[in-house]
Amino acid sequence: MIDALGELFSYQFMQNAFLAGTVAAVVAGIVGYFVVVRGEAFAGHTLSVVGFPGAAGAILLGLPQLLGLAVMCTASGIGIGVLGRGAVRDRHAESAAIGTIQAFMLALGFFFVSLYKGLLEGVYSILFGTFLGITRQQVLLLLVIAVVVCAVLAVVGRPLLFLSVDESAAAAAGVPVRALSIAFLVLLGLAIASTALITGALLVFALLVMPAAAANQLLVRPGQAMIASVAIALIIIWTGLTISYFTDLPIGFLVTGVGFVIYLLARLMRRFAAA
Amino acid sequence: MVQIAPGHQQAAVGTAALRLEDAAVSRGGRAIWSGVSVRVEPGEYVAVLGPNGVGKSTLLQAILGLLPLTAGSIEVFGRPPRRAASLVGYLPQRHSFDSSLRLRARDLVRLGLDGNRWGLPVPFAPGGREIAKRLDEVLEVVGASTYARRPVGELSGGEQQRILIARALVRRPRMLLMDEPLESLDLGNQQAISSLAAHICRTEGVTVIMVAHDVNPILPDLDRVIYMAGGSAVIGRPEDVITTEKLSALYNAHVEVLRTSDGRLFVVGQQLEAVSYHAHD
Repeated sequence: MIDALGELFSYQFMQNAFLAGTVAAVVAGIVGYFVVVRGEAFAGHTLSVVGFPGAAGAILLGLPQLLGLAVMCTASGIGIGVLGRGAVRDRHAESAAIGTIQAFMLALGFFFVSLYKGLLEGVYSILFGTFLGITRQQVLLLLVIAVVVCAVLAVVGRPLLFLSVDESAAAAAGVPVRALSIAFLVLLGLAIASTALITGALLVFALLVMPAAAANQLLVRPGQAMIASVAIALIIIWTGLTISYFTDLPIGFLVTGVGFVIYLLARLMRRFAAA
Repeated sequence: MVQIAPGHQQAAVGTAALRLEDAAVSRGGRAIWSGVSVRVEPGEYVAVLGPNGVGKSTLLQAILGLLPLTAGSIEVFGRPPRRAASLVGYLPQRHSFDSSLRLRARDLVRLGLDGNRWGLPVPFAPGGREIAKRLDEVLEVVGASTYARRPVGELSGGEQQRILIARALVRRPRMLLMDEPLESLDLGNQQAISSLAAHICRTEGVTVIMVAHDVNPILPDLDRVIYMAGGSAVIGRPEDVITTEKLSALYNAHVEVLRTSDGRLFVVGQQLEAVSYHAHD
């Protein structure tokens, strides 16, 4: 057992995968709490779809994949925020704008893939994840993104929670509702870019939504729920990476599968506790 | 430190809680109401009545300073509305919280205290005990102590309203604005919330201004009503304002006020659509 784990960490690509996964899980666990409380899973899904052309475009241009993901996800976050809302939050306008961006971005991803013939094999890993080929450089970039996201959330987290649960009251209390809502979509874009590097663009929910949704079933205090969300995200990514290394099963499936099981357990525990 | 004590928030004696002078407001270029002159004294319990779309919520927005006047003047405790924001607690119009909202009621109340502040609450920081004491206190005032540790989404409509009142009161405001807090509550809860508002008004000296759909459940507790219709408003005691003559003049059409044997008021008129809200029950 110990030997096996020693073998796991003796390869630099596995060290990088664990480092990147750990950083991504922390960011996704915290940002995910706000996604769940704000009910913005749909926006999260869109930004992750947008990651596909971002990553494909970066590879086409010979740039780091994470850079392409980060640029596209944050730019689209701003786009959704600005197009999708007037002075007052309008869920209908928001969902229409989101759907529009989503369709166009998916098409753009296919366009990039068709331009770069050699990418075809890479499509799977962009969409469904891989832990191979993560460089130290990317780990460092991830770390920078994570520090920025956590620092910003430490400053705006409380007013963001206020406006997430009651926008009118927050506005009356002087919270800059529109600016903060857009800022959050930018943070969400960065969190998704970090996560998509490992889980793939289509499976970011494994770290972004499942841990927070599970934590929210069990804990009703914001601080505790956020810590639990991070802890669950870490369990998911560490378990996923370990099993994937020893079995060769795809990482995207493993993290999503573990996340799904934890979410189901959390729901069962809540029902059991309520009964 | 979070400012909890009222201290500096005392206004000069003789200052009105709310004073509008020939005030007008428009939205998107359309005049909502104009020529409104209203004076509310500190410690009064006042209801804002009138048909849908007449601008009752807009009046609250103006008091909060979120919507500038297009004419006339408005003062809250003798100050311009934005500068009186710390004196005003606000309960927005809402139907109910999503049942999936997994946030402790007590934490929602706390957002009323420091939810607009940047930075994180530091655990075990000095002042934490004071905050906890204030939360206990305000939850006791609204009678929500027993369910304050449950998630908001699991509470009933009446319980959610009490939690929201606690949140609006937690900073010890001198005025409480409530936008249709009785909406979607059953009659018993409507009366209970109204007597709670009256209780807060009498015991804490808080001026309460409540937008309401139906005057009858709150009639026994009210001091005065602001009745809005026809792009303007009048203020007075319910029995003086809700009369055939006053309302006919305000609507600029013949409407009739009926009083049932148990003292309930009904407004009927040709444009029944606009005023039938009094008759629903």
